Amino acid sequence: MEYDLATQDLSEVNQALQNAEGGKFSLLNPQGKHALACGLMHKNQVSIKGHAGYYVAGMNQNADIVVEGNAGSGCAENMMSGTVTVQGDASQYAGATAHGGLLVIKGSAAARCGISMKGVDIVVGGNVGHMSGFMAQAGRLVVLGDAGADLGDSIYEAKIYVRGTVTSLGADCIEKPMQDSHRAELQGLLDQAGLVAEVNDFKRYGSSRKLYNFNVNHLGEY
Amino acid sequence: MNTRTYPREAAAFDAYTRSEIRRAAATGIYDIRGGGAKRRVPNFDDLVFLGASMSRYPLEGYREKCTTEVILGSRFAKKPITLKTPITIAGMSFGSLSAQAKEALGRGASAVGTSTTTGDGGMTPEERGHSETLVYQLLPSRYGMNPDDLRKADAIEIVVGQGAKPGGGGMLLGQKISERVAGMRCLPEGVDQRSACRHPDWTGPDDLEIKIRELREITAWQKPIYVKVGAARPFYDTTLAVKAGADVVVVDGMQGGTAATQEVFIEHVGIPTLAAVREAVRALQELDMHRTVQLIVSGGIRNGADVAKALAMGADAVAIGTAALIALGDNDPKWEDEYQKLGATAGAYDDWHEGQDPAGITTQDPELAKRFDAELGGKRLANYLNVLTMEVQTLARANGKSHIHNLEPEDLAALTVEAAAMAGVPLAGTSWIPGT
Repeated sequence: MEYDLATQDLSEVNQALQNAEGGKFSLLNPQGKHALACGLMHKNQVSIKGHAGYYVAGMNQNADIVVEGNAGSGCAENMMSGTVTVQGDASQYAGATAHGGLLVIKGSAAARCGISMKGVDIVVGGNVGHMSGFMAQAGRLVVLGDAGADLGDSIYEAKIYVRGTVTSLGADCIEKPMQDSHRAELQGLLDQAGLVAEVNDFKRYGSSRKLYNFNVNHLGEY
Repeated sequence: MNTRTYPREAAAFDAYTRSEIRRAAATGIYDIRGGGAKRRVPNFDDLVFLGASMSRYPLEGYREKCTTEVILGSRFAKKPITLKTPITIAGMSFGSLSAQAKEALGRGASAVGTSTTTGDGGMTPEERGHSETLVYQLLPSRYGMNPDDLRKADAIEIVVGQGAKPGGGGMLLGQKISERVAGMRCLPEGVDQRSACRHPDWTGPDDLEIKIRELREITAWQKPIYVKVGAARPFYDTTLAVKAGADVVVVDGMQGGTAATQEVFIEHVGIPTLAAVREAVRALQELDMHRTVQLIVSGGIRNGADVAKALAMGADAVAIGTAALIALGDNDPKWEDEYQKLGATAGAYDDWHEGQDPAGITTQDPELAKRFDAELGGKRLANYLNVLTMEVQTLARANGKSHIHNLEPEDLAALTVEAAAMAGVPLAGTSWIPGT
């Protein structure tokens, strides 16, 4: 079924998508509109035929959403489950605070990708901007390209895999050894994302857990 | 003859100040505590109602009606909320408070037909189940945030800041992170949990407008959306919140409490509630949005007089936090022996972040929490809220008002020059409003 956003009201389209179960939908002429296909609850397939604005697929549950273009700020923010695929690039805060599901960005993601992520898996085909994985609590962030400054700053239990260079690591984020279990986990994420890369080329990053409990002697770390 | 003068302490270095210097020197760490600003700042006590006289006719108490119903969220929400009293319960988190205390807040608020509010850490089934009208906070941490709870809420409050710490985040220390609290926040047990000071996915009022649009889309435009700010620049913050599309603006003054923040932050950042109300109302009036976008004021509200004065200055409703906890039993003298053991005294205990609250309210210790009876606490809170409402009605009738929203600045006079300037009402006995 098709909805044409050049002529149809966004709220009516969103409510139809939220109420649908088991359907296949195309959104034509998205024209960078904000809050496209957000708040979906059920297992539906949604293709957005062009660029999306802020918060596309926000708080997604169960649906499989594809953006056939670029995505604005906060795509798939607070996603709970399902999959969101951006075929182009994503702006800042991609996957912010997301609790579950899989977010795939085929291009690059701007700053703060995966900020405060709480269990989501994010796979980025290109690069990620500065402060990506900031305060990342749980889940996995995979970057096939390079990562900007202060990667994983104040990270908790999330895992980060980066194939390219990392400009710098943020507070309490360290490189950790890659074990076979990590290589297997990484391979699984790449397969799910439909991206091809050699797992041995990646490095793993995570929390040193030194800043988990406040200690006045660590003031210089912040 | 004694030639020595009487021993004299320096005003700048009083006993409390010296004790803080000694504490800092001994520990090397700043003081963290709960609550709001403790020092005296200009407040509602500095205003009085004039009452009726030759030119104003009072209403007969117990006979002539003075209604108290308040509607919030009428600007855009398809389902605005209606409260029977203008006094609401402010956001306080499960985590900082026990599940039983949250339940009691819901019970008490529901009994009198008002709303309660979640807090950082998400919505608990106990709280939803016992709250007839529940406001769900969207905070920077997004701990426990999920769309199912968003849809279960009766209203959504986007928290930009709070009066105790405008510009500050929070920290729930590891000792209060029980298995349940940790699970709701997606973090390990025993780890200090930082609540961010900025939202992770928007910056500034232009982004906020889009964020509000997203929340409305997710909830089918049903829920009123509040924007809560700490009292910093209330004129501009209110203006920008309205521009961003808020249905309701909540302004929290520096007397407003927090679960835990640095003492220096609580006492030295933000402005008093009294000063914030006038500026927020002025912003709404200049936008021709007064009463279209409702204003909730919080921070140090204690009695019906405070409520009535806030309403007379132009607020639509108030929110209480600290006073509600005291009504539940916080800082009750019956626990004095235990407060003493913690180095405090009833009325001054504020180390809520340590989780050792003898009253069982600000704790996650199951043994301490058992001391608190949610049903009884709910009844006490309902009693207190009823008293506040009756006090507001008493004052409104005395000023000849048949609805509490008919109270107006003209009903007020100020007792100090500062209060006159802040509230924009004349100094008592004069027609002088400083600054006009």
